[in-house]
Amino acid sequence: MSKPDAARAPVNVDREHALALLRQMLLIRRLEEKSAELYSAMKIRGFLHLYIGEEAVGVGVMSALAPEDAVVATYREHGHALARGMSAGSIMAEMYGKQEGCSRGRGGSMHLFDAATRFYGGNAIVGGGLPLAVGLALADKMQGRARVTCCVFGEGAVAEGEFHESLNLAALWKLPVFFACENNLYAMGTALERSEAVTDVTKKAAGYDVMSEAVDGMDVLKIEEAAKKAVSYVRAGNGPFLLELRTYRFRAHSMFDAELYREKAEVEEWKKRDPILAFQRLLQDEHLLTDDDLAELERSVELEVDEAVAFAESGTWEPVEELTRFVYSDKKEEPGADDVS
Amino acid sequence: MQTTYREAVREAIREALHRDERVFLMGEDVGRYGGCFAVSKGLLAEFGPERIRDTPLSESVFVGAGIGAALGGMRPIVEIMTVNFSLLALDQILNNAATYLHMSGGQFNVPVVIRMATGGGKQLAAQHSHSLEGWYAHIPGIKVLTPATLEDARGMLWPALQDPDPVLIFENSTLYNQKGELGEGVTVDISRARVARPGRDLTVLTYSASLYKSLEAAETLAREGIEIEVVDLRSLRPLDDETILGSVSKTHRAVVVDEGWRSGSISAEVSARLMENVFYELDAPVERICSAEVPMPYAKHLEDAALPQAESIVATARRMVRAHG
Repeated sequence: MSKPDAARAPVNVDREHALALLRQMLLIRRLEEKSAELYSAMKIRGFLHLYIGEEAVGVGVMSALAPEDAVVATYREHGHALARGMSAGSIMAEMYGKQEGCSRGRGGSMHLFDAATRFYGGNAIVGGGLPLAVGLALADKMQGRARVTCCVFGEGAVAEGEFHESLNLAALWKLPVFFACENNLYAMGTALERSEAVTDVTKKAAGYDVMSEAVDGMDVLKIEEAAKKAVSYVRAGNGPFLLELRTYRFRAHSMFDAELYREKAEVEEWKKRDPILAFQRLLQDEHLLTDDDLAELERSVELEVDEAVAFAESGTWEPVEELTRFVYSDKKEEPGADDVS
Repeated sequence: MQTTYREAVREAIREALHRDERVFLMGEDVGRYGGCFAVSKGLLAEFGPERIRDTPLSESVFVGAGIGAALGGMRPIVEIMTVNFSLLALDQILNNAATYLHMSGGQFNVPVVIRMATGGGKQLAAQHSHSLEGWYAHIPGIKVLTPATLEDARGMLWPALQDPDPVLIFENSTLYNQKGELGEGVTVDISRARVARPGRDLTVLTYSASLYKSLEAAETLAREGIEIEVVDLRSLRPLDDETILGSVSKTHRAVVVDEGWRSGSISAEVSARLMENVFYELDAPVERICSAEVPMPYAKHLEDAALPQAESIVATARRMVRAHG
């Protein structure tokens, strides 16, 4: 992992691509800031877990995937869903509980789903998504498809048995799983060093003979580069890869968290490494981003967020008569199944 | 032809593997060992390790992987050795298999089949004798089948695999050696209960291994001139209300026999449905014969006393028919 202030070599990045990455990060941040507001306004209810501070991870990791790949994410997944290409409107409508939402209002903030982009949630049991990712990868391997399943989880999941069972089986069967561990140092309010005897996640991967790397989770270009390497390793049939992304959550765990477990100074220290500001500075230094560019990006993001909110506001409530739909499939032949072609 | 329950299940798995290339079997010791109840003996040699997959002792990941593989277009048969170990995979079954279709607004269904042995009666004590199929029947989003007969052991798997949603199949381990005649080309309807023995005076509603205790009780009572109807529930979720209510409307008395613990059991659910729907048809209060509410003891006489037995079914039915005759 690089030091925050380490001097870095001049970047070799296509301007258009760099601006696209920056825009995605900005969109995640602004949509989430708006979500927090709407939570206070009681438009959004239930749990709302903000990703602010970790945007580089979701954007860098999703950028490394191909459209045919699958994503299994956690309950802090707005960023991944957006970066994967789901529309801001369908996400916001879902948080409103409207039937135009990506999960028809059945899931809410924690359960964003989208068959079109192979986005398998939005899984809210810590560690519970890992076995599913192993199974999706098993299906691909058995069908001879060169697809990758990207499984995003936090460092808190590393304490769960399902993490260990999943790494073992994925390694044993050489399955194409890209394990992306977002290490934001706190499992809700429990600091990593207060819950793990070994705090280096890559060491745990090594215990299962799973290739791994740790990367600065505040640097979108480094993340993208490391994720691309991981994905091509996995896609080539070498078995799973674990990428540990060392990042930090700027906001509370959820809207109910008084943050008694960490010092304000620590949060402020990390905020100096804000992944969006850092990337902006880098691009400006490299003359890839002008003030006008940035203003234009902010304007277009603001417009997209406004449109998402308008879409959610104008959405409709699913009729109560449909309450028990989707407990079992409507018909014998399944609608969204990812069948063998 | 003459066969056993074990062979019937094996034939069902073989047939499914032959008919659909997406089907595979996965679980602990299903391959080289041949299955802890020898159900899958010979399948590894016939289908190879890609389709008969031995797993580590990791119930949560191999059940979850079955769910994931189903999402990925396969048709997995996941074998959990026994229901006792399924508790280690409960998160996957309840939080993932049962919720995915609903939580995704209808986008992702989970066509997985999870088989497991269940039940007591073999002196295996408190951690290896659970009958939790009624517990699983509490969960919307999954289907729960309890094959008691050779026909169902042979016939339920294929329709379960055709089902777009998760199906759990509970095989009572005391039934694997059951012998009998089984015809060719068995097709069964997994949505219906079955009248296993028609009768007039009282209905026994039961499932799985308790079916045979109930049929034995019916034989005994027939010699006394009491004709009881025995209904094999077959599916605990959904329950076939039409057959259940129809039978009790005819006989006007009902006993539910359930190997699960009494409180909060499937027998409680069946009983409640009778009260709700055919209360005025009843000539006597509905009664239940369940397992005693103790962790299963090891000693044979205590285990026998803890489980429903034909004698208690006879005594209860006789008392009910005579008292309210």
